[in-house]
Amino acid sequence: MTVPWPAVARLVGRRALAAVPVLAVVTLGMFAVAAASPFDPVRRYVGESSGVSQETLDALRENLSPDGTFVEQWWSWLTSALGGDLGQSLALRQPVSQVIAERIGWSLLLCAVAFVGSVLLGTALGVLAARREGGWLDRVVTSLGYTLQAAPPFWLALLAIWLFALQLDVLPAGGLTEAGSDTVTAGGLLSHLALPAAVLTISQLPWFVLYVRQGVTDALHEDPVRGARARGVSERTVLLGHGLRSGLLPVLTLVGTRIPELITGALLVETVFSWPGIASATVRAATATDFPLLAALTALSALAVLAGNLLADLLYGLADPRVDLNEM
Amino acid sequence: MAQETAPTTGPGPAGARWRRVGGARRGTRRVRAVASCALVGLAALAVLLVPVFFPLDQQAVDLTAKLLPPSAEHPFGTDDMGRDLLLRSVYGLRVSLLVGLVAALVASLIGLALGCLAGAVGGWFDRVLMRVVDTFTAVPHLLMGVFIVAMFRPGVWPVVASVGLTHWVSTARIVRAEVHSLRSRPFVDAAISGGASRLRVAGRHLLPAVLPQAGLAAVLMVPHAVWHESALSFLGLGIPAHQASLGTMINGARGSLAAGDWWPTLFPGLFIVVTTLAVAGAAGLWRERINPRRRSELVL
Repeated sequence: MTVPWPAVARLVGRRALAAVPVLAVVTLGMFAVAAASPFDPVRRYVGESSGVSQETLDALRENLSPDGTFVEQWWSWLTSALGGDLGQSLALRQPVSQVIAERIGWSLLLCAVAFVGSVLLGTALGVLAARREGGWLDRVVTSLGYTLQAAPPFWLALLAIWLFALQLDVLPAGGLTEAGSDTVTAGGLLSHLALPAAVLTISQLPWFVLYVRQGVTDALHEDPVRGARARGVSERTVLLGHGLRSGLLPVLTLVGTRIPELITGALLVETVFSWPGIASATVRAATATDFPLLAALTALSALAVLAGNLLADLLYGLADPRVDLNEM
Repeated sequence: MAQETAPTTGPGPAGARWRRVGGARRGTRRVRAVASCALVGLAALAVLLVPVFFPLDQQAVDLTAKLLPPSAEHPFGTDDMGRDLLLRSVYGLRVSLLVGLVAALVASLIGLALGCLAGAVGGWFDRVLMRVVDTFTAVPHLLMGVFIVAMFRPGVWPVVASVGLTHWVSTARIVRAEVHSLRSRPFVDAAISGGASRLRVAGRHLLPAVLPQAGLAAVLMVPHAVWHESALSFLGLGIPAHQASLGTMINGARGSLAAGDWWPTLFPGLFIVVTTLAVAGAAGLWRERINPRRRSELVL
């Protein structure tokens, strides 16, 4: 397959331009919500009950909350953000950019493992279920898919901790290192990654299984498959060469749009397992009403979602020869 | 009704499949449908009647009976304050369902109004609305909810608002697409050439035609809203602890779980799962009524 690089580059460029207004509106919206809320950064900084004199408060106000309307605050935040300064996190007492730099790798690792796992496992289970539509395997996989889809990831995570960490005592319940140790070893990382990654995989899995099953089932009812069977093509070739190949196409194109669900799952799973990623930092920022950190991480997730949409369009254009990238 | 008209869809893969799936597995589907409707009814009865017959002082603590495993007296066991978990779960479901219903209603009304307007007015309004939709889909809903709740905490209303204001997008999209496809139908042309105003066409012809789809989306949004509410409450950002919802209960049970007691975590979560499946099953039945050809589409 030849990749039409110029068309790809043009599409990426167009999407980058289209992302600018979306990101601008998202960040402006955050400042508007904060301006409309009873939230006060100075009060947040000194604490609710401390008896601080009015002069200190005024001095702090001078430093912490820039004057002007939320539009002006947004503009000054945006200009310094473009310069690499995202402000100071109040909850973690370090620069926001440093928080992101320290934590983003762990989040990416967890999400990547879970994402690859759910794509592979979902495809395998979906094809197996579609092989005999209405058979026992299909029924089991489909019902399990719907049930897991309905189950909140944090609940699954807690049950997994209870079973694997408390009852069987085979895997650690959370964190990144053993208690009392600071160094991350390969084996330790693997055992600490196992449970969060498995739960995040399971929370993303139902969607993939059900869609692959649907896509392959529909593809198996198409005329080309009937023709292949009539020619005596082996069932294995029919299933993998015809059914999977055309049934996977709609799924492949939707993979990029699963980023929001992945972030949602990561928010819950990282929190339960005290995984030191940016999703758990988001929850901490929200609990502590740490606006600079929360704003930066929300903008970052919007960026990730837009990148996922771009990926979806690119995959769609590359996988389906009928689609012209120049027209997207 | 659906079954009688089905065989007339004629030959071809759709017809063959229709007969096979509609015929051989009708029994399973009926069982599933009856079970879903029965569970939805049971949940509705429980949250409406239990508070009348079993009034509960939510603060009543009985430390002599704390963390009893499931038994005949306490089918779900008791929590770390000695409160019966079955009763508390029903109360939690009541709070969760109430929040979910109001949030889904808010989201559906916003989505219906904006989707109808975008489809009926078209032009610049439609384009602006679609850009707004793009913006809303750029941030994961739970994160947007977390943001709104973090700024307006604590209370029930920030949760309702955060779920309602983030979920109108899908309804607006469905309604807009439906209105667009309806606009070219003959009866709309007939109304327009008969001299009907824009408002009359929208109110008398387009709105009634999209209501079944919008209503279906609204019903399916209730378990979704319950899910979001429990996630927010679990993160400690949602419903205040004295009005325990299912998510708050699971969050509160983390200490007991660390000590090895599984029942305070398991049962509130099961309530979420079973309610979601039951509502989705009942809604799937409704969709088969509206649109029998598209049975195979996913529900959740």
